[in-house]
Amino acid sequence: MRKGLHSGLGLVFALAWLAVSGLPFYFMIQSGFKKQFDLLSAPFWTLPKQWAIENYQTVLGGAFLHSLLNSVIVVSVSVLLILAAASMAAFAFARVHFRFNRALFAIVIAGLVIPVHVTLIPVYLLTTRMGLYDTLWALIGPYVAFNLPISVFILTEFMRDIPRELEEAARLDGAGAFSIFWRIALPLSKPGLATVAIYNAVALWNEFVFAYVLTSSPANRTLPLAIWDYQGQYAANIPLIMAVLSLSVLPLILIYIVAQERVTGGMMAGAIKG
Amino acid sequence: MRASGAAEGGAAGVARRPDRMEPQNTARTPRHAHNRAAALFLLPAFAFLGIFIVWPILMSIRLSFFDWNGISPTQTFVGLDNWRSLASDRIFWKALGNNFIVVIASIAIQMPVAMALAVLLHRGGRKFKAFKVVYFFPMLMSTVAIGTLFKAVYNVQFGAINPLLEALGLGSLAHDWLGDSRIALLSVIAVICWQFIPFYMILFLARLTGIPNELREAAAIDGATGAQLFWRVEFPMMRGIILTAMTLSLIGSLKYFDLIWVMTEGGPSRATELMATYMYKEAFSSFRVGYGSAIATAMFVVVMIMALTTMAAGRSRARTVEG
Repeated sequence: MRKGLHSGLGLVFALAWLAVSGLPFYFMIQSGFKKQFDLLSAPFWTLPKQWAIENYQTVLGGAFLHSLLNSVIVVSVSVLLILAAASMAAFAFARVHFRFNRALFAIVIAGLVIPVHVTLIPVYLLTTRMGLYDTLWALIGPYVAFNLPISVFILTEFMRDIPRELEEAARLDGAGAFSIFWRIALPLSKPGLATVAIYNAVALWNEFVFAYVLTSSPANRTLPLAIWDYQGQYAANIPLIMAVLSLSVLPLILIYIVAQERVTGGMMAGAIKG
Repeated sequence: MRASGAAEGGAAGVARRPDRMEPQNTARTPRHAHNRAAALFLLPAFAFLGIFIVWPILMSIRLSFFDWNGISPTQTFVGLDNWRSLASDRIFWKALGNNFIVVIASIAIQMPVAMALAVLLHRGGRKFKAFKVVYFFPMLMSTVAIGTLFKAVYNVQFGAINPLLEALGLGSLAHDWLGDSRIALLSVIAVICWQFIPFYMILFLARLTGIPNELREAAAIDGATGAQLFWRVEFPMMRGIILTAMTLSLIGSLKYFDLIWVMTEGGPSRATELMATYMYKEAFSSFRVGYGSAIATAMFVVVMIMALTTMAAGRSRARTVEG
């Protein structure tokens, strides 16, 4: 069925795309081990004559690890809050009959398309007024709010699938809404919660705009902003910048290798509806 | 458009059971109790949405009628002045135009390439497993990292593209990729495609995997070629997911900021200026907060109009198919 020219062309295309998607990584990783003048003296595709680790030492001796820690803190706190608020809202939308159910759900869903820029100035003003400017806490509010719509959407889908018999049985045992949520809806939504957690963790790990506007000092920068600061400070030192980039991708690449299907599924399931 | 996304969602992990139920009122509990319970469950989410999305949007709209530098205690009400300036602001229209160029180029390049790769991976099966892993890598990088990486790749002095072209005997094609205002936007669009093609590829691949193999076998028995199999069997079943992908690409391109900001900051001479980068500069670099708010509000309106239009288009399409 698919022989000869057809699969030959396919293979060429597959290899071409392998080069297109892979070469930038090749450039990034091996340049990070070069010295600055190596870039001028030999073409980029030759491997470094001596694998220099100075760049990595410089980066790890600087603010990088602190930014990494900041990212871990902000992302974990935000994801936990998103899971809590989104699962509660999803439970209401999926399992509770109340006035304006559809209308309120539509409002949440509308949040999926809202550009962050329309909120940027007021959120900046609010943050300054609350005395949170240039703290990690400033990021959490907007991070949670902007990721709630997609999370509520995914979790509502999950909770709608819970068989009603389970809920009715619990109700007969005298369980109230909260205990149905806690003992039935949440445990049965575990795959959905995992999906939402992965999706949000990846998105927030890479978030730039709010962190750029709401923080300024190196002590409060998250990982993407650390990259930004490095490239501003060492623009001409490409090997050093490449070392920063290699280190910054490393955590996600490692997680991806360990849990490939999970990560792909999480990122796509969120994004399909995002 | 969400609805069509949800309908395809099964492929990406949102399992559906046939016995699914819509929320129902159980007769034993009085109605008002449900309202109160719902309010309690919705409170945290709506608090966040209200404080960090709804209130800021209203505030941006309000600020768009004021002249304010963001620091001084006085905000001067100027009525429609900002909006009038915006309507005749060449830079804003250029930025909006650039946004639409990004939209069109993204859709025109990303969809076919992503589809071709998805079909290849699907038909190649296990043979191409290693390819798939590498193809996915760009999705693991933050946009800031991608922008920084490609700034280096495009670099005239130390970069990768120009030496590569020279080595291939195409030295005449070498350019100052980000510094030449005639091609800077194209250079940036190429990176956008690099970043997002894997995403749509996985999206299409998931849908392809979801098409029952019986259909393909039936087509094979009828002697369908590989191309016919795609155009007659697979493609018609992927219209929904393609529409979803195009909508995502459209909305995403209108909101674009990070990559452009890292690579060019909208330059050279506004060649890559987008609504979001222009808004940022006006509000946070030139301290024209009122005007920046007008740009932000305009951007919001454009995105909402496009979202509602595609949603309506998606619905009427669904109706045509059903009817």
